[in-house]
Amino acid sequence: MAYKPELLVTASTIDELKLLAEAGADAFVIGDSRFGTRLAGSFTEEMIREAVAFASPQGKSVYVSMNNLISNERLMELPGFVTFLHEAGVNAIIFGDPAVLMAAREHAPGTPLHWNAEMTSTNFATAEYWARRGATRYVLARELNMEQIEDTKAKSDMQIQVQVHGMTNIYHSKRYLVDSYLEHQSDGRQLGGNGREQGLFLTEAERPGEHFPIFEDEGGTHIMSSDDICMLENIHELLAVGVDSFKIEGILKPAAYNEAVVKAYRKAIDAYMSDPAAYTFEEEWLEPIREKQDPNRELSYGFFYKEQVY
Amino acid sequence: MSATVTTAPRYQGKRHRLDRPELLAPAGNLEKLKFAVHYGADAVYIGGQKYGLRSNADNFSFEEMKEGVEFAKQYGAKVFVATNIYAHNEDIDGISDYLRKLEEVGIAAIIAADPIIIETAQKVAPGLEVHLSTQQSTLNWQAVKFWKDEGLPRVVLARETSFQEIAEIKQHVDIEIEAFIHGAMCSSYSGRCVLSNHFTDRDSNRGGCCQSCRWKYDLFQGEEQLNGEGQDAFTMGSKDLCMIQYLPELIEVGVDSFKIEGRMKSIHYVATVVNVYRQAINAYFNDPQGFEVKQEWIDEMNKAANRPLNTGFFLDAPGAEDHIYGPEEKAAPYDFAAIVLDYDDRTGFAKLQQRNHFKPGQEVEFVGPGGTFFKQTVTELTDMDGNPLDAARHPMQEVRVRTLKPVKAMDMMRKKIR
Repeated sequence: MAYKPELLVTASTIDELKLLAEAGADAFVIGDSRFGTRLAGSFTEEMIREAVAFASPQGKSVYVSMNNLISNERLMELPGFVTFLHEAGVNAIIFGDPAVLMAAREHAPGTPLHWNAEMTSTNFATAEYWARRGATRYVLARELNMEQIEDTKAKSDMQIQVQVHGMTNIYHSKRYLVDSYLEHQSDGRQLGGNGREQGLFLTEAERPGEHFPIFEDEGGTHIMSSDDICMLENIHELLAVGVDSFKIEGILKPAAYNEAVVKAYRKAIDAYMSDPAAYTFEEEWLEPIREKQDPNRELSYGFFYKEQVY
Repeated sequence: MSATVTTAPRYQGKRHRLDRPELLAPAGNLEKLKFAVHYGADAVYIGGQKYGLRSNADNFSFEEMKEGVEFAKQYGAKVFVATNIYAHNEDIDGISDYLRKLEEVGIAAIIAADPIIIETAQKVAPGLEVHLSTQQSTLNWQAVKFWKDEGLPRVVLARETSFQEIAEIKQHVDIEIEAFIHGAMCSSYSGRCVLSNHFTDRDSNRGGCCQSCRWKYDLFQGEEQLNGEGQDAFTMGSKDLCMIQYLPELIEVGVDSFKIEGRMKSIHYVATVVNVYRQAINAYFNDPQGFEVKQEWIDEMNKAANRPLNTGFFLDAPGAEDHIYGPEEKAAPYDFAAIVLDYDDRTGFAKLQQRNHFKPGQEVEFVGPGGTFFKQTVTELTDMDGNPLDAARHPMQEVRVRTLKPVKAMDMMRKKIR
């Protein structure tokens, strides 16, 4: 089958989804915050239906993220929700917890399954373990590098998805750490919730200028990276490897920013695909992203060219 | 920690295979293994040279494992090996050989998080039991059932599970459940933290964790710094877990294995903590109705503690009082001073191996398995030829000390430091 890379982006609302479709996205990650964590926004069942109704006729895909660590309490709601997704005709369910896999196999037979255990999805052999249990796509941990991505594609026939733009989660706790800390401070300060709308971030003395967003939601406390991955300049390297899906993470970003990002990657991918041999990166593709980039957040290559020790 | 206990709900659950829970202790090296077993652990878990999450620890060679297994066998105890990394592509080759070797040296079980390690063990080393590591952050009974269906005899639950959730899991799935009951805790979901990767290029899920959760941070909202002048900095660091006061609840809910954290901890720490839980578990089974937590157990725990203690997620979600803001005070007012190698009941002198500076005039305590305990002042201290010493200065130095009561090999001597 001919290589057809997918440009995938998160959407926080139906309006953003439509905007990003217009900008050139092929597929969308959405979800319901009862089952998905760190979603760009939470979609009700009605919104999910609307998203499918909008995307499907255009040949675009809607993936529903159920990447939460599931509690006993939520477990009871799984069959109903998964059955709904199956009937709504979503194009894939994204899972990390085996409980979601089991529910999907039983209640959404035939719906493709994407394995995404976040930072613990670190090798092809484990991805294939999940493939033998029904997964069709492997969402690579963001801490892997180019060599490992290449090696994965060489060793496995699974579809692979790589995040090429945006922030990443670097710490997830079930504890309410901001709340605990504010309570510890005796001045009685309350922020009226410590959600993502509060614009909270951490800094660390040895890392001046780096802002690590922190927020709480029903899943606990999340700390995010201080930089935004941006692989636009080197997207051809990933296209040459044959990465199946290029993901743009839009969490904590305005829709206009995500729109600019989608447009830029669309341009680069189309240019490459029309003639890989003649492809050259045009600096000007990056300009609209730079213009809208938060000055406190660097664009970086993430872990793509890093060697880690342990 | 005090003896005041808030009540915990009592749940009745059934242990899967055992009539009483297994006490599972960490052992960072062969000597620690021996002490853990001698002080009453039913099983110990260790790290090998590869695939474990404590890349800085003094990990076991296969030869040492063999010796550890032999030693443990004399006490009827088992040895488990933590192979709990999340593997990367380059780690895959070699897993089979390593696991076969573990089986060959007599290891009873591996503790694994990565499914590829689990599956490989099942294929190539069927004599090894596979226990699912807490690194999988398993919280719900359906996931536990999944792993049971995959052939695993035991799941180590996420440290975020409460008594109630454990009871629910026990009701739904007939499988061994292991739970951490003591020691340091990740404040994140285990495995769901890459702070080390981002801050220091060290891979936390392959053993490179540099404990960034215990660093100090400034918290901002926009331009405004929320930790003002003179206020404690923000941190994610948690107090350490200690469940001694809820031992009956843990037993009754049906937890099969009580796990103590700390492969990096000292002999003194491991032996002291194991000693207390061993006594408490035995006391409960001797007389469940009359069981009471003894103050002396709590005192012992406090002497080994590295940090303030709490009860994690067992009773309710941790809050402000469960994290360590401000400077970390050293909790224990005692230092490990020596190990007893031998005792001569003719002379009343014990042969000791020095582990920390001590000298005549200092107040010390001798502690042994099963709660043997006495205090004394160091009076006569000599070298091995009987020449008086003014101090035991050198690490591992062998000396003689007159003891008030008979002691036994592997008893410990600790000194009061404040």
